Amino acid sequence: MSTNLIDVPDVGAAGVNPMVPRPYAVHKVRQETSDTFTLELAPEDGGPAMTFAPGQFNMIYAFGVGEVPISISGDPAKPATLVHTTREVGIVTRAMRNLKPTHWLGVRGPYGSGWPLTEARGADVVIVAGGIGLAPLRPALYQLVAARKYYGRVVLLYGTRTPADILFRRELQQWHSRFDLEIHVTVDRAIGSWRGNVGVVTSLIPRAPFDPHSTLAMVCGPEIMMRFTVQELEKRGVAMPNIYLSMERNMKCAVGFCGHCQFGPTFICKDGPIFRYDRVQPLLAVREI
Amino acid sequence: MEDLKNILTTHPFFAGLKPEHLQLVVGCASNVRFDAGKFIFREGEEANEFYLLRHGKVGLEVYAPERGPITIQTLGEGEILGWSWLVPPYRWKFDARVIELTRAIALDGKCLRDKLESDYQLGYELLKRFSQVMVERLQTARFQLLNVYESH
Repeated sequence: MSTNLIDVPDVGAAGVNPMVPRPYAVHKVRQETSDTFTLELAPEDGGPAMTFAPGQFNMIYAFGVGEVPISISGDPAKPATLVHTTREVGIVTRAMRNLKPTHWLGVRGPYGSGWPLTEARGADVVIVAGGIGLAPLRPALYQLVAARKYYGRVVLLYGTRTPADILFRRELQQWHSRFDLEIHVTVDRAIGSWRGNVGVVTSLIPRAPFDPHSTLAMVCGPEIMMRFTVQELEKRGVAMPNIYLSMERNMKCAVGFCGHCQFGPTFICKDGPIFRYDRVQPLLAVREI
Repeated sequence: MEDLKNILTTHPFFAGLKPEHLQLVVGCASNVRFDAGKFIFREGEEANEFYLLRHGKVGLEVYAPERGPITIQTLGEGEILGWSWLVPPYRWKFDARVIELTRAIALDGKCLRDKLESDYQLGYELLKRFSQVMVERLQTARFQLLNVYESH
């Protein structure tokens, strides 16, 4: 327990300093779309595999380049391989994209809050994902599928730019073929042979098959997309406390110390990234934060 | 005719319309069916009807030389297809291609335009409803223009 006035991260009960990365070896780098890729990692130190809750993230350190927060996109029931999917947007993720099997990365985590899968039991679950926002929701989908009988209707509404930008295409097709999952994909624009939906993801909400009075919604994507999505969910009758968002800000320490990701009275890294909508709704309207 | 009346009565688009107005609308309605691949209308053609889609999927397309058809929106069950019948010069601005077998109710726009001119209350009621459809389409078009996934 720290005796400092501010909450300085301390060596935890397990004797692990949360600021020290753990070495992981790259097992596979898989190109998902033109600008997104998936890393499959395994611990190099012989220690136990990382267990995590769907929605949590890790700080991934490309040695000598930098460290970035990336959501975990793998199956929580298969912790032996740590899976992260991200977009190549800067020097750190570009360095990660160029890694080869046997190369190493540093990993700190897992951090943050998870999707409310326990609270969702007994209710319909609507997952609304935009773009790369599907990655942090995939672990939740794995768990929903694994414990399918505990939930009502499970609906995924996924929107992205073009058919070529659809993430996890093979899994989406597998889930689509199940009778107990509703998978709806839409793209913002399409050329050629695409026969699916075209339009923004919010346009799927009015006719999606769920009971708004007994529904828990999980939303992840660009903040603008989440704002419009919440409006449509509310229009359908989903109550604000039953809507959860995954928020994103500039995270550095990931343990609520540095303040980079401060969001009003909360820290995205420590109190989030998953928030109940009614708890952050007033903050979302404040442009300065 | 009774079937058409039942369908129109229960559709949210016509909810709250007075029975006598609904009767006028039913007089302009007919059941239609379009096979996949067929065009319901094409850009530049006269726009003399709109459709209440009951089943299936229709893509709104614009043709670009050297790129081919670009789908800008798909419409499905319960949605309204077409408002160019309401606004001069009454010409379609896009192609509407059937993606999946589509069943719909076609509303004769010429017939309706005459009725709206002679019954302003009905005209106002239908304009209110079409305004709602247009606002929703405009909002989604703006949302698409934002290209929100580009940097996320």
